[in-house]
Amino acid sequence: MAFEALNKVITSFKHKELSPSEKRVIARLPERPTALNYIEKIFDSFIEFHGDRAFAEDASIIGGIANFNGRPVTVIGQQKGSSTEEKVKRNFGMPNPEGYRKSLRLMKQAEKFGRPVICFVDTQGAYPGLGAEERGQGEAIAKNLLEMSNLKTPIISIVIGEGGSGGALAMAVADEVWMLEHAVYSILSPEGFATILWKDITRAKEAADVMKITAQDLKRFGIIDRIIKEPVGGAHKNFTKTADSIKKALASALPILINKPTSELIDARYNKYRGMGEFLE
Amino acid sequence: MAKGLFNKTKYITVSKYPLDENIDPLLEEESKPSIPNGMWAKCNKCGEIIYKKDLEDNLMVCPKCKAHVRISALSRIKLIIDEDTFEELDKNLRSSNPLDFPGYNKKLQQSQEDTGIIEAVITGKGNINGNETIIAVMDSFFMMGSMGSVVGEKITRAVEEATKLRLPVIIFTTSGGARMQEGIFSLMQMAKVSAAIARHNEAKLLYITVLTDPTTGGVTASFAMLGDIILSEPGALIGFAGKRVIEQTIKQQLPEEFQKAEFLLKHGFIDKIISRSKLKKTLGDILFLHKEVM
Repeated sequence: MAFEALNKVITSFKHKELSPSEKRVIARLPERPTALNYIEKIFDSFIEFHGDRAFAEDASIIGGIANFNGRPVTVIGQQKGSSTEEKVKRNFGMPNPEGYRKSLRLMKQAEKFGRPVICFVDTQGAYPGLGAEERGQGEAIAKNLLEMSNLKTPIISIVIGEGGSGGALAMAVADEVWMLEHAVYSILSPEGFATILWKDITRAKEAADVMKITAQDLKRFGIIDRIIKEPVGGAHKNFTKTADSIKKALASALPILINKPTSELIDARYNKYRGMGEFLE
Repeated sequence: MAKGLFNKTKYITVSKYPLDENIDPLLEEESKPSIPNGMWAKCNKCGEIIYKKDLEDNLMVCPKCKAHVRISALSRIKLIIDEDTFEELDKNLRSSNPLDFPGYNKKLQQSQEDTGIIEAVITGKGNINGNETIIAVMDSFFMMGSMGSVVGEKITRAVEEATKLRLPVIIFTTSGGARMQEGIFSLMQMAKVSAAIARHNEAKLLYITVLTDPTTGGVTASFAMLGDIILSEPGALIGFAGKRVIEQTIKQQLPEEFQKAEFLLKHGFIDKIISRSKLKKTLGDILFLHKEVM
């Protein structure tokens, strides 16, 4: 398989030598750990809850409550799936509006019970389907953005693989947004970007290189707050170590956010997004 | 496009530009009172050849099929805001090129020359039938109304100003979505504007969106869909994903009415479809009914 050959090449590289398009390949590797892998490894007694209470259950987003170092938390993740069968069941991690509405339901529940929210972001984007449009994909994402900006409990979002467009942002308006070292996060998939701007999907690699999609670029721009190191070759090379790094980061960051007065927390979140954008005046 | 439509082409001049592309005819007419491109225009929807003056007198709505032709932000403000009450906000914000994206500066400059405006949204304060409001009007003639840092910043500032002054906000949307040339900065504008609207909402102030043709992508998936009241012009294209992307994903042709205002109304996502001629009165009435009772 082409992936394996590439994988070998990548393993021999030093991290900083990886180009954005190579990182994108790592971020999309089928063996890359999924949200569910991390949730099971990092938290104790995860109990999954289903459904948006309106239309359906969307398996591309998983969510529920769990125990983190003795503290109740709400955990939500975009789940791409590992096996082919699971990928189909999970719609390849591309949520429909119900997925976003379920995630919002769980976030509001977290707010009610004073639990912090931890989101794992891993999607190419929201699903572009007929039913998704009929049931208001745009409205579902918009509502998440609005509610998350003002949710009165701490939120940490971690991009573990691909953060694609509004479908990723709908789970990443947070007090802290982190990315795994080789994860990517962008306005649109490089394929989509090349198609829209240059009407040529074959220029996706070139698009990846100009779009500034890497954790390192986004940290430099102040879009994300922290980069979590991956083992040489990528997260899948030593899953336990990667999960452990995330766990340590959460253990240090969560208490600080939890101890902030709510108004201060919300103001800081507002001001963080308020400052994003580059322009001349 | 209309060449060869008639044998006697010399008797009639039809603008070679389709109605909803290029420069807004209403504005062009104003800046150039002499003879414009052609005395006649052809409706993109029904093919009717219309005397341009008639089209303008009819607010750029085709007299035959009622198609609502796209109009510029400045024309829109003229149609909606009471004369001499408009005060523009943040007029001089301009885009930088944060990713050093090749060709972006040139494209901005070209759009500025073509449209006579600096960016894809105009914001300000004004009255609608005597009711004071903050308004933001996007312009699809400027880089397809795409949202970059400036569009996000101007709308955010307008919403914050409304919260401060305890005024309603009306946003006229028309946009192809995020400004690709600004990458991740564009994406973050969705969060920034939505957060400002959340604060305006918490202050119990009225927010109205008027969706006009076309409203898609990141604008649909943020402030367009967050109105307390969501209105739309007839026939406007409104959606999240592009029609072609969906067709490729589901491998089937989508019906003609898909993602039109009427489709969204049927599925419960907009409050009301209003024709252009009734828009000002309806907005004025809604604002009046939301006036804070002293």
